[in-house]
Amino acid sequence: MRTRPIIASALALGMIAAACASDSSDPIDPPTAAELPATAAELPATEPANTGPDTDQPAERFTTITLVTYDSFPQADTSINAALDAFTEQTSIGVELLVAGDTGTMLSKAALTVGNPEGDVMWGIDNTFLSRALNDGIFEQGVLFDPENVPAEFLALVPNGEALPVDFGDVCVNYDIGYFVENELDLPTSLQDLAAPAYRDLLVVQNPATSSPGLAFLLASIDEFGADGWQAYWQQLTDNGVQIVDSWTDAYYGSFTWAGGGDRPLVVSYGSSPPAEVIFADPSRDDAPTGVIESTCFRQIEFAGVLAGTDHPDEAAELVRFLGSEQFQAELALNLFVYPANSAVALPQEFEDFAVVPEMSRTLDPDLIDENRSDWIDEWSTLALG
Amino acid sequence: MKNGACAANRLPSRVVAALAVGPIAGLVVFYLWPFTTLLARAINGSTVADTLSRGATWDIAWFTLWQAVVSTAITMLVGLAPAYIVARFEFPGRQLLVGVLTAIFVLPTVVMGAAFLALLPDSLDRTVWAVIAAHVVFNLAVMVRIVGAFWEHLPIDMESAAATLGASRWRIFVDISLPLLRPSLSAAGAIIFLFTFTSFGVIRILGSAGTRTLEIEVWRRATQLGDISGAAVLSVLQLAVLAVVVGWSTRAQRQHARAVDLRPEQDRRRTKSPGERRFVTLVAVGTAALCIAPLAAMAIRSFRSASGWSTTAWTTLGKAEVRPGIRLGIDPVGALVNSIQNAAWASSFAVLLGAVASLAIAAAGRGGRLLDVGLMLPIGTSAVTIGFGMLITFDTPPFDWRAEWWLVPVGHALVALPFVVRTTVGVLRSVDPSLQDAAATLGASPTRAWWNVVVPFLWRPLAVGAALAAAISLGEFGATSFLSRSGGETLPIAIDELLGRTGSLLQAQGYALATILAVTTVSLIVGVSRIHDMTGLAHQRSGSETVDR
Repeated sequence: MRTRPIIASALALGMIAAACASDSSDPIDPPTAAELPATAAELPATEPANTGPDTDQPAERFTTITLVTYDSFPQADTSINAALDAFTEQTSIGVELLVAGDTGTMLSKAALTVGNPEGDVMWGIDNTFLSRALNDGIFEQGVLFDPENVPAEFLALVPNGEALPVDFGDVCVNYDIGYFVENELDLPTSLQDLAAPAYRDLLVVQNPATSSPGLAFLLASIDEFGADGWQAYWQQLTDNGVQIVDSWTDAYYGSFTWAGGGDRPLVVSYGSSPPAEVIFADPSRDDAPTGVIESTCFRQIEFAGVLAGTDHPDEAAELVRFLGSEQFQAELALNLFVYPANSAVALPQEFEDFAVVPEMSRTLDPDLIDENRSDWIDEWSTLALG
Repeated sequence: MKNGACAANRLPSRVVAALAVGPIAGLVVFYLWPFTTLLARAINGSTVADTLSRGATWDIAWFTLWQAVVSTAITMLVGLAPAYIVARFEFPGRQLLVGVLTAIFVLPTVVMGAAFLALLPDSLDRTVWAVIAAHVVFNLAVMVRIVGAFWEHLPIDMESAAATLGASRWRIFVDISLPLLRPSLSAAGAIIFLFTFTSFGVIRILGSAGTRTLEIEVWRRATQLGDISGAAVLSVLQLAVLAVVVGWSTRAQRQHARAVDLRPEQDRRRTKSPGERRFVTLVAVGTAALCIAPLAAMAIRSFRSASGWSTTAWTTLGKAEVRPGIRLGIDPVGALVNSIQNAAWASSFAVLLGAVASLAIAAAGRGGRLLDVGLMLPIGTSAVTIGFGMLITFDTPPFDWRAEWWLVPVGHALVALPFVVRTTVGVLRSVDPSLQDAAATLGASPTRAWWNVVVPFLWRPLAVGAALAAAISLGEFGATSFLSRSGGETLPIAIDELLGRTGSLLQAQGYALATILAVTTVSLIVGVSRIHDMTGLAHQRSGSETVDR
């Protein structure tokens, strides 16, 4: 057991400290100073050792830049990381990943550190946060990304080109196929259906105040029923026994009939959840146990951009262009469970088979979202949580 | 003779001041400075007015307060019996019981909350009672460890004498044990209150949606709404309420500290009468059942798959490829190593600073009280505000520390420090002053008398504190989770990521990893008590020939 020597040394240190305390007027410094260099030498082994233009890099202008991401971005070992390594080989620009938390946390930090950012490039601001990011000026202005094969409606969201659309995905109501077959129940086909008596006590959603899919579902209802009509819809949902929980994990693993042994066969989740259920199934299976109700889908589009105040604007821009390239975009589906924004990239087989890219997915203007988010959430809370 | 204890630790004030330098510097640099930097940047007059005039603010504050008071009171009542048997009796599985209790306390709430939810009857799901029940079970360890550590040092002769004179067990407890225990009771109560007052994960998972403590509301404003200004105001409000409660408890702790001749060695014994045996067995089994149930639920879920039972989650845990060609990018083994390294450093920092801080607090008067309360502040302060504060404070040379590996263990140590201090100070304050008088009479200098008489009492509480600090660091999901990280994924973070993704295999792996974390924690705690039992022998000699009172 590794723990014992550690505790023994912790105790020893404490004893040293106490011993020093009694006969020296400077009790803290000696043991700490003596101990710290030891780990400083050990620890870098756990980090990528590419923090500087080091000896074994022959290239004349080797620079390492930092890519700031949200926490579900893979840190090592995956084909996404291999693609980043390939970028380093091609350009002599090293890429270090820095995980900043969930998207909201990442943006708040970027807003606090505008001008002296934690990294050089940021991946993953989505359209529900985009306006705030642009208003706070977290992205460097006037960088050219030369987007190729990116749908015009995505590019229209960043008219001044501050960031590059890199991927998209949908938040949709998922259903447990087995439950609907067993109970000989027809599937709901619209948001309005979810408020029908046939689906009483069957739906679980997330609190939009604390969960990003929860917010997306609220926005979908605002898109459908309008800024003055969604309140009535939510009243109907509440009367129809909708369950509200705080996070995606609670909803999917706690309440959903398929995944958690809960009692709700309808859950707000992602459009890519069905293929994930196949890929990460145990035991393995070749059909998806869940499906997606297309008309409920709300589209999330994610962006990457150069952080304002970076010391390496050129290298950072080069990395963002690479993030939009076919080489990198091809790795997105299986690693992040999102669709590539670059429409020239083909989807892997599991996605062709089990994922639905809805013909028409809902969106709302990012400015409108940013302006009203707080009020909508407050209004929703009063109405749905009482 | 009420305040005799502090007067008696007569160290030259020069020495006391020197002792206090380290802890104060740590507190100022890593807590006060980042926190005030954030406040100065974020708060302005109009947000203060807006936030305080909002009705919701006061609803949240009131809920935060009452649930914390109720949770603390119930935890203290329920925790007395296990603290007693752990302190006084030697029985099979004693160390294991303490280990398991501690594991429950430090395991990340995302895991324990889910396990607890699986156990609760449906009628209790997502109610405030579920929250309070979880708070009680999760915080029992604080009672057992802090009160237990103190209790086992209380001389048993007074209880024996009372028993000889015919006092009932209950009378002995109420008239003798309870008054002597008061300093440790208020210490434990203050910590339990802090934890339940700043409760985050338990409320989000077990409470009904929208149930909010101030801690949750600060997080929500700062991260989800980008309203850092409003978050900062709420976080000050949170501290203000806490300051009042903790200040009161600290005063109580000092007022009720009575000098008794504590004994450095344990007075634990095997049970004698059948009645005693029944009592110990009942309490031990009851406590074990309370805390093993959620752990077992968690372990069981790691073997659950869509089609029944499966060990795939465990056999694939260390493998980079989940399916041919598909990798997850989460490295559980690396995360475990990172966590253990962090824990070792955090524990070292905490014990180091905690030892000198305790000596200073016990020896100094009013200043000591201030330091004591000061050290409690970090656990009572919203994690997100400290994390964000560090981000904007340590961002320019020579203080460009935001990417330093050691910032995480230092942050953990800050949270663990009060545990080390509270377990230690209670014991130190109660050292019988007549011992030092006796040493002085025999010609020892004040420093030497203090060194020979007071210091030997340090080892046991420090060992307990070290283990707690390491365990807290292993499960810590607070301020440091708001620091950005590069490569240094820890176990709680890896678990959270696994449970945050779709796929039955990943969910089972998340619970497998949580089981590993639990087992690591239990081994740590049990290991430390073993080591202590060995080192404890070396110190038994000093201080055991006490002057009779």
